[in-house]
Amino acid sequence: MSEGLVDPMSQRTLLLLGTKKGAFILDSDGARAAWSLRGPFCETWPINHVVADPATGTLYGGGGNEWFGPAVWKSTDLGRSWTHSSRGLAYAAGETPIKSVWTVAVGRDALYAGVEPAGLFRSTDGGESWEHVSALTEHPTRKDWQPGGGGLILHHIVTDPTDPQKIWVAISTAGVFFSADGGASWAPRNRGTRQDYAPEGQRYPEIGQCVHALVMAPGMPGRLYQQNHCGMYRSEDGGENWESIEAGLPSTFGFPAAVHPRDPDTLYLLPLNGDTAGRYVPDAKLAVWRTRDRGTKWQALRRGLPQCNAYVGALRQAMATDRRDPAGVYVGTSTGQLYASADEGETWQSIAEHLPPILSVEALLADD
Amino acid sequence: MTEANGTGPRPASRVRVTLPDALRRLFPGSERAVWLDARTVDEALDALDARWQGMRDRLCDSRPAIRRHIRIFVNGDDATLATRLAPEADILVMTAMSGG
Repeated sequence: MSEGLVDPMSQRTLLLLGTKKGAFILDSDGARAAWSLRGPFCETWPINHVVADPATGTLYGGGGNEWFGPAVWKSTDLGRSWTHSSRGLAYAAGETPIKSVWTVAVGRDALYAGVEPAGLFRSTDGGESWEHVSALTEHPTRKDWQPGGGGLILHHIVTDPTDPQKIWVAISTAGVFFSADGGASWAPRNRGTRQDYAPEGQRYPEIGQCVHALVMAPGMPGRLYQQNHCGMYRSEDGGENWESIEAGLPSTFGFPAAVHPRDPDTLYLLPLNGDTAGRYVPDAKLAVWRTRDRGTKWQALRRGLPQCNAYVGALRQAMATDRRDPAGVYVGTSTGQLYASADEGETWQSIAEHLPPILSVEALLADD
Repeated sequence: MTEANGTGPRPASRVRVTLPDALRRLFPGSERAVWLDARTVDEALDALDARWQGMRDRLCDSRPAIRRHIRIFVNGDDATLATRLAPEADILVMTAMSGG
C-alpha cells in the first residue's frame, strides 16, 4: 500500500480533502478521468489538512471542533474507518489552549503537527501521542507573533527527506522558521520577503511576514518556494535568502503553492486579485499559473477552468500534485469546487462541486 | 485527588453522568448514561477518561477548564471542574450553542 518507485496504472489515485465540514476522499484510477467521492469523515469536524504516509498508506487528518477541541484523526484503511487522538497535544496549564490542528507532515522519523496558537508537535508512535517541540514557541520573537486573518497558525511543515534534523515551518504571521537540529533550536528565515503592511523602511523585518505556503522542490532540499501575503519567492539556500519571483504574475497575493513531483523548476500558484480587492481570482476568471523555469516566466493555465463570473479563491493548503507521469494537478476552492488536471495543468475538469469550503488537498497513489 | 479537611479525604460519591450523542459518536461503545465514583466534576472527567481513553480531552482543555462550548450541569446547575459532587448527583454534559 504505497507510492512505488514505478507508476503502475493499477494503483488508485486518491485525493484527500480537508474541508470545513469533515474530510472527504475522491477516488480514481490511473487515467484520472472519472472520480467518485466518499465522506464526510471525521464526524464532520473542520479538518484543516489530510495527509498520507506514502510508505504505509495511513491517513492523518488534523483539525479542531468548537465543542471538542483539537485532534489528529487517523485511518489505516484508506478512509473506511477513523480514530482520533490528542494525547499530549496541549500547551502547559495556564497557557492559551490549542484550538485546532492546522497541518500534519510525515517526516522520515516522525510525524509533525502544526497548531493554533502557533506551535509544533511531534509524534513518534504514529499519531497516538504527541510531544511539544517547545523550542519554537520559546523563541525570543514569540511575543511579537501576531495572528493573521486565519488566526495565529502554524500551517506548513517541510522536512528534508535527506536529513530529518532539518525542519522548516511557516507561521501566519511570524514567517518562516528553520531548525537544523530536529527542533531543538530555531532561527527565522525571512530575509528578502516583504511586509507591505508595515511603514516604509520597515518592510523587511526579521519576523512578522505573512507566509501563506511553503514547499520544497523535489530532489533539491535547498530550494524552497513560498507564496506570501506579499509576493511569491524562491530560495536556493534553505530559506537563508529569498528572491522575488512575482514578475509576470497578475498579483502579489495568493495562498497555495504546489511543486511538480519530479521537476524542481516547475511550480504552480493560484494568484488572487489582492488582499483588499475581494481575494478572488483576477477578473473572476480562474487560472492556475505555472512556471517551468523556477519563477522566471509564468504561464496562465485556463483550459477547462471557468472564465466568467468565477468569484472563487483557494486557501493555503488547497493545491497539490500527484506523482504520476504526466503529473496531476489539483486545486480546491474555498467555495467547494475541486478542479483536476491529468496533464500537468494543460487542461482541467471539475471533479467535485457543492462541497464545504475546501481547506486542503493532497494526492496519494495507493494499492487497493 | 484528595482533600484534607481534618477528617480525612471525603469518600467519592456514586454519581450519574449523561453524555451527549455528539460526544458518544467519537467513542464507539460509550454509553449514554454511566455511574461513576467521583468527588468533583474534575474527578468525574478522569473517571470517564479511564473508561474511554481521550474523553477528558474532548470536554476539558489545558487551562484546565471545561471547554468553552461544552456545558456541564450538576443537578441542573452550571458547574466547573471544581464543583463538588454529592451522592447520587446527576451530571449532564451538553454541547453548547456553537457552529457555522
